[in-house]
Parts: sequence; C-alpha cells; structure tokens
Amino acid sequence: MFSNPDLLKFIFGRLTLEAIPYHEPILIITFIGVAIGGLALLGAITYFKFWGPLWRDWITSVDHKKIGIMYIILAIIMLLRGFSDALLMRAQQAIAFGDNEGFLPPHHYDQIFTAHGVIMIFFVAMPFVTGFMNFVVPLQIGARDVSFPFLNNFSFWMTTAGAIIIMLSLFIGEFARTGWLAYPPLSGAAYTPGVGVDYYLWGLQVAGVGTTLSGINLIATIVKMRAPGMTFMKMPIFTWTSLCTNILIVATFPILTATLALLTLDRYVGTNFFTNDLGGNPMMYVNLIWIWGHPEVYILVLPAFGIFSEVVATFSGKRLFGYASMVYATCVIMILSYLVWLHHFFTMGSGASVNAFFGITTMIISIPTGAKMFNWLFTMYRGRITYDVPMLWTVGFMVTFVIGGMTGVMLAVPPADFVLHNSLFLIAHFHNVIIGGVLFGLLAGVNYWFPKAFGFKLDAFWGKLSFWFWLIGFYVAFMPLYVLGLMGVTRRLQHIEDPSLQIWFVIAAIGAVLIACGIACFIIQLVVSFIRREELRDATGDPWNGRTLEWSTSSPPPDYNFAFTPVVHDHDSWYDMKNRGYSRPLQGFKPIHMPKNTGTGAILSGLSIALAFGLIWYIWWMVAVSFVAILAVAIGHTFNYKRDFYIPAADVSAEEERRTELLAKQV
Amino acid sequence: MSLMLKRLFQVFIVALLPLLAGCDFVVMSPSGDIAAQQRDLIVVSTVLMLLIIIPVLFLIFYFAWHYRRTNTAATYDPEWHHSTRLEVVIWSAPLAIIIALGAVTWISTHKLDPYRPLDRLDADRPVPADAKPLTVEVVALDWKWLFFYPDLGIATVNELAAPVDVPINFKLTATSVMNSFYIPALAGQIYAMPGMETKLHAVINKEGEYKGFSANYSGLGFSNMYFKFHGMTQQGFDDWVARVKTQGTALNRDAYLRLEKPSEKEPVRYYASADKDLYKSILNLCAQPGKMCTDEMMHIDRMGGAGKESLENREKLEYDNRRVEKGEMTNSPTFPASGEPSRSPEEPNKTVNDNGGQPMQHDMNNMPGMQHGEPSAPAPDSGSSNPAPTQLNNNN
Repeated sequence: MFSNPDLLKFIFGRLTLEAIPYHEPILIITFIGVAIGGLALLGAITYFKFWGPLWRDWITSVDHKKIGIMYIILAIIMLLRGFSDALLMRAQQAIAFGDNEGFLPPHHYDQIFTAHGVIMIFFVAMPFVTGFMNFVVPLQIGARDVSFPFLNNFSFWMTTAGAIIIMLSLFIGEFARTGWLAYPPLSGAAYTPGVGVDYYLWGLQVAGVGTTLSGINLIATIVKMRAPGMTFMKMPIFTWTSLCTNILIVATFPILTATLALLTLDRYVGTNFFTNDLGGNPMMYVNLIWIWGHPEVYILVLPAFGIFSEVVATFSGKRLFGYASMVYATCVIMILSYLVWLHHFFTMGSGASVNAFFGITTMIISIPTGAKMFNWLFTMYRGRITYDVPMLWTVGFMVTFVIGGMTGVMLAVPPADFVLHNSLFLIAHFHNVIIGGVLFGLLAGVNYWFPKAFGFKLDAFWGKLSFWFWLIGFYVAFMPLYVLGLMGVTRRLQHIEDPSLQIWFVIAAIGAVLIACGIACFIIQLVVSFIRREELRDATGDPWNGRTLEWSTSSPPPDYNFAFTPVVHDHDSWYDMKNRGYSRPLQGFKPIHMPKNTGTGAILSGLSIALAFGLIWYIWWMVAVSFVAILAVAIGHTFNYKRDFYIPAADVSAEEERRTELLAKQV
Repeated sequence: MSLMLKRLFQVFIVALLPLLAGCDFVVMSPSGDIAAQQRDLIVVSTVLMLLIIIPVLFLIFYFAWHYRRTNTAATYDPEWHHSTRLEVVIWSAPLAIIIALGAVTWISTHKLDPYRPLDRLDADRPVPADAKPLTVEVVALDWKWLFFYPDLGIATVNELAAPVDVPINFKLTATSVMNSFYIPALAGQIYAMPGMETKLHAVINKEGEYKGFSANYSGLGFSNMYFKFHGMTQQGFDDWVARVKTQGTALNRDAYLRLEKPSEKEPVRYYASADKDLYKSILNLCAQPGKMCTDEMMHIDRMGGAGKESLENREKLEYDNRRVEKGEMTNSPTFPASGEPSRSPEEPNKTVNDNGGQPMQHDMNNMPGMQHGEPSAPAPDSGSSNPAPTQLNNNN
C-alpha cells in the first residue's frame, strides 16, 4: 500500500514525512516539552477524574463568565507561545552580526517574526479583550447572560480552533514567511508556495468566524439587555468602550474575511486579484488589509481604555471625571479609526494631498485620546488613590502611553514617516502603545476582576513584582529600538552587517529577559494566590469598594448573576445604590430562566480544524467529510429543542441564603 | 513611587550617555537636503508635542504622588467629576497643537512630496537654472539592486553613485515582490513595486559612502539586500563613470535574465552599456521574451479589450509562475510539498559562490528548466548555449 504514490497522495494530500521538522533541533526540543507537558496535563485530568466536570461545566458551558475565563486562559497560553517567539528573535538579533549568522536561518527566523505578530494580535490580544468583554459586560449591565449564549460558546471554540490551526504549523509543515499581514505578491502562490501562508489564511478565517459572531452577540447584549433605568448615558465606561469595539469588529472583520478570501482564491484556484499576472494588483491587498488593520488597533485599545477608566475611578475613590466627554471621545475614536488606514503606507507613492489628508486625520485621533488622558488625570485630582496592583498598571500605562502617542504623531507626519517607516522606530512605537496601552490594561483588568471571577484576590507582592519587571523590561527592551530606528536600522533583519549596532540589540535582549521575568512573576502570582486563596478570600463580593453593578453580586457570581434584575438610577450604579442604603432582597425569589449547555460549539470547532487541515494539505476527502459533517451538526443542532431550563426558586433562595450568611460573618 | 520612577529614568539615561555619543544617528544628521528637511520635521513635531506631553507627564507624577491615600492633607472630593471650563481646555489644548501640526503637515507633505522636482540644493542654494539632474532607474531584484543611468548608458548592481549638489531623479520599480528603497543619509524611502513605477527626487550634499538598503521585507534574502551609495565630487563621479565603462560588460536581455534569478550577497557589478529599453520592459514585466508588456495590455483594455482573442494572451500575461515551474524557489528543512528534497541545515542558504567572476553560470546549469526545456517559458533558455559573459567583480 505504501508503494502506491497515488493512493498515498489521495490519503495524505501533500502531507509527507518531510513535513515533520525532525531535523530542526529547536522544534524537536519544543515538541518534546509540549508533549511532556500535554501528557502530564492529560494525566492529571484523568487522575483527578476531571474529564466529566471539564466537559459538563466548561467545554459545553454557555455561561458568559466561564466563556470569558476560557478566552483569557487561551490568551495567556498563546502569550507564552508568542513571547517565546519574541525571545528567539531578540536572541537572534543580539548575536547575528558580521560573520555570525546566529542560530536561526532566514527561513526559520522569518516564520518566527510572522508567527509572533499573528499570535500576539489574533490569539493573545483579541481573546484577552473578548474574554473581558464577555465576563464583565453582562455583569455591568445587570444581565444574566449575553443575548445568544450558544453563539457565545461557538465563537469561543472557533477562536480556539484558529489558535490550534496556527499551533499545528509548528510541528507539521511550516508557518508563513511573509510578515504578519502577508502582503502579496510575496504571499502569493508564486513566491511562497507550500503550506505556511495556507496555515495563516485558514487559521485566521476560522478564528474570524468566532470574532465576528462574538461582536454581533455583544452588540445585541449591550443594546437590548441593559437593566431597567440604564440609559446609554448611564452605562459604565467599560461597557461603552466594549460597544464601540464590537461595532468596529462587526464593521471591519468582514473586510478581513473578504481580503483573505481573495488571497485564498489566488492561491487555490489561480485567480489573479493580487498577483503580478494578468493585471492583478497587489497594492489593493495592502489597502484592504489596512482598512481592517487600523480599526483593529482600536478594537484592542478601546476596551483597555475602558478598563483604565473603571480602575482609575475605583482606586481614586471618586467619580470618573468627564463621563460624557469620555463617551464622546470613545465614539469619535471609533469613527475616525476608519479614516486613517493609509498612514501605514505613505511610502507607496500616493499623491501629496492624499498623504496629507490621512496624516492629518491620524493626528486628529490624538485629540480625543488626549482628552481621555486628561479625564483620567483629573479623576485622580482630588481623589484618594490606593496603589493596589490595578492602579499601578494604570499609572504605568499613563506614562508609557503618552510617550507612545507622541512617537505615533511623529509617524503621522508623512515626510517624517518616509525616514521612520519600517524602521525599528516604528516597531518601538507600536509595541509602546500595544504593550503600554493594551497589555498593561489587560493585566490591570486581570488583577481588578480576578476576585470577582474566583472569590479571592490575587497576591499583591507577586503582582507588584510582575508590574515592575514588565515596566522596566519594556523600557529596556524598546528604548534601544527607538534609538536604532533613528540610526536607520530597518525591521525584520535576520542578520545585521554593522557590528557597532550590536550593543543596542543586546540591551533590547536584556529587556526581553526582564519582561520574561514579569511574565514568570505573573504565573507565580496565579499559583501563589491559588495556594493562599483562603487568606485572600473575599466574601463581600466588593473587595475594592467598586462602583459598577458587577460588584453588587457575590464573588464568584451565581450562575444567574443577579437574583433580581437591578434597577439603575445613575451611572456608577452600585456606588449610587450603596450611598442610598441599598439592602439586598432576601425573599420573594422566583424561578430563573437559563440557557442550557451544549457541546455543539466544541464539536463544530473540532470539525473546522479538520476542514482547515484538509484544505491546507490538499486532503480533499477530509475536506469533503468534515464539511458535510459541519453542515449536518449545524442543522442537527437546530432540532435540539432542550435549550433552556429553570433554576427553581428554592435553589435561588438557598444560594442567596448562603451569601447572606457570608455577608453577616463579615460585619 | 514617582520618585522611584524618576530615579530609574535618570540612572537609565546616565548609563546610556556614553553609548549615545559613539553612534551614527544618520536619520538625525543626514547628508542630503531632503533627509535634512525630514529630520527638521521630526524635531518640529516633537517640540510641538512636548508642549503638551511634558505638562501631562508632570501632572501624572504630581497627582499620583500628591493624592495618594496616605496623604490626608490633600483635598478629597469624591463627588467632583465635572468642570465645563476644564473640559474646554482639555479638548482645545490638543486641538490647538494639532491645528499647528496639521498646517505643518499639509505644507511639508506637499513640499517634500517625493514626486516633486527639487527647487533647492540646500537651505541656502536654489537649484541653478541650468542644472542638469541625474536620472537613475532603480530595479529591486531578488535580492539585489540594479541601477540604470540612462543618460550615461551604464548600469550597476549593488552600487550607486552620484555627484554632490546635483539633483537626482530616481524612478523605481521591482521585478517580483515589493521592496522599499531607502538611503537614510539621502532621503526618505519609497516603495519599489513590480509593474509599477514610483519616483523620488533627492540631492546629496556631502561626499561620502552611505548605506542603502531595502526597508520592506521581501523574502529570504532580505537581510542582505543592501548596497553602497557614494556621494562624489563631479570629478570623482566622472572617474567612476569612466571606470564602469572600462571595467564593465554589456547588460543585454540575456544578461539581465540571468541576473534576475534570486541570489543573495551579490557582488558589485558594472555594466559599460545597457539595452536602452531594458528598464522600460522590466517595468512592464516583459523583459522575458514572449511576454506581453503591461502597457500594451492596458492599451488593449482601454480600447475596449480584445474580446475572445484575449484568451490567447493569457500565457503571455503570466509573469509570476515561472519561478515555481522551474523549481527556483528556495526550499528549506521545513519546506514540504514542493517535491524538492529538503536541504540539510549545514548548507547555507546562499547562492554566492567563490568564482565571483561568473556567479550566474552556476545557477544556469542547475536550473531544471535548462535540461527539460519547459514549453511554458520558451525563450530565455536560449541563453544556455552561450555561457554568461565574464563579469568583473569589483569589491571596492
């Protein structure tokens, strides 16, 4: 049978033994590590008999809180992968000078910087942000779940499927060597044949399904499911930023899907949208991808702004300054983010008026962003600031982001961009805003909402250590890149000719190591907090003296979030309720209508991985089988009528009784 | 805490000072007037923004310190959340700066438009009325740079020269994928794209040897895609041209098609003469015989298209796929599904060979297309019968 090439080709498509990178020591070691870790994990799950609860309570869960937590776990796992790539890049660039070729040949190094960008944006920042929106938004608006709970579960599993597809490329075949946006014609079939770009395309398409659907879901939730009395102008700022982010997602991700689909057609069926052949136009791809790509930046940063707004008000013990102008600033940023995409390629040779237009629109974004910065600042003014870990991240963010914003405006001046574009200055700038803005915000959010999710606070010592490592590590890693950019050093170099530059790359590598320590401290913080959970336990449900509705319920919140839907009179509703001497209702509970768990999302996600794998490796039977199976499962799911159930009043009553006892013990 | 941060910053800056002193900040101290004006813009925009950034940074540290919980002397006003006067200021202060910067941007973007011919040599000297600009046609190849001097009839690979204080008109294109042409000392970068032409006008004001490179990732050989740019006196430039003419060979279509094959770390090459229409056909993707030029295609389209007959043009309009068909792509250990054997890690991924005199011949013999005579790409193989002419290898 193995001697029949046609049969082999039918069964395995273009997948051969050659595709397994057993001749790459780095990958072998990684694989052994992953295999041992994975086996240990599976063994532990089996040993603790956790398979049943894992399936019933997590994988099939439609509870927005659990899905939110799973999103964040996915993001943290992928952060480790994306950051390993970063360490490899920094190590390579710190040694590959003159005659030294370093330890990564171009074909490997180029995959690594592509994977780093793709993973950090699509599979770290995106799930992290989506996870927070999932967990927090329904609680903040006094809802019991999102509008479409099953869709939420399905979205999560599609995002995970995308991540798995990208991860598969590490051990089977290769990843794209094109840079994270895969510009054609380099990413076309003519210049990058093989499976790398196909992994990229299908991974993003599958994850994109999840992202788009989750965007629709959250918009519906925010628009339709707010507690009575919560008008738009009484919504918490995080919910506002989530709304704007999801509008951006729904408006822009279809552009990404369409653009990648056109490139896919070029690669699979020989169309010529973005080839040099037959009048194709690669530059159209660059335009299209950035029409998605620039709003994407704001998709990531707006929720982070929301987190900072919540944190700064809570830890200053004060109402947010300028609520209305904060809301308007967010909306203005949302709209303007569509009008700036061309600033990513001023150097393409558009006319001066076009370049100037996009340069100026870009600068205009800094006005609402500046207004936000002042709002946070004046929230601190006349406040009483407690420096818990979330607030440290917030102050760290304000300082760092101001610098990143300044370098961003420099890049927005087209003639200045001509000398800085594609240089390490640009790299330093966007890491400055993405680490200093998005990531600091997400880590502030983890420390802020962790007690809500799990009922105990995170250990402050390791949290502070992590913060300082991150902050200092960031400056040590990226200030040298600003300097190198001003020396005219460009990005994505696998090998650098001029040995006098080495010292700067060595400093940057030290910075990366410091950040690695920050990540390690964060992991240790999670472990230590789990071990010390009884000491750190928070029974009140409101450990920070919070201001928004999520702090009014217990920690962790019951499945139904709120026994009675709260009624809202002011923004900062929970603060308002506390001020007016709100007392918890203790009786009169009614049965609560809830959605039922379902495994369909996970099954569809598994089938999507098979479909994508078949498409990547040209295993057409697998494509056909999994495609039919996806349709069958999706249609079958529509016949599932057992989608909801009632939590009996007695159960609600018992649950609330327990909380009353806990609260009584506190006083 | 703010003190601690400041202290850290000071330590950081002081530790870096000796490093900074020894460095070549080419972007901040360029040698060409365009780059100098671009540098000035960086400085102007930075200063304008510092007007607002410095007070903000100061306020962050001051508020963070002053309103800490332990400082009970500070006013605490938990309900204070609105001040129309303050809101007007926080929106209008950035607005004022952006209006100023926007005006600077609009003017400078038009003045420094790379397509706009120069009107000055530097801050004090306008371009003399009788100045004759030097035209250079730049082609980004995989992974080297080809420069045509149409006025002088010569061409070079990976070496560019120009006399000081003479305006240079660059026209740029590429053969396969997008690159970015960047000489930091001379002027800002501009993309070089296949089938398209971009323009760049610049002038070099100081003699010297400068770095030029591709600033846009273009594949495996990207890191080595750099060249030297020489700013020379008029006399020095004339000598250089004379040297190219005496030492160089002829760049005809065959020689170009051999040169065009992907290679890395190409040595400098001189061509004493270059086919007149070669750049134009490269730009129109029809340097390879048998291909239809894109301008011709566009002309046909403009006239309403060729109807069903255009089917016959299809093969003539396929420029990209030749590389895959001939197995010229670079394979690698993690490069499956190409039907090629994977390469052992020991063999470096370079096509530079030691007999620098005739680098391309080695390639020619290894081309599968040579042996089998691919029907889809008929013409260029004719070069196989006559070996590549000897190239002079000037590693100066």
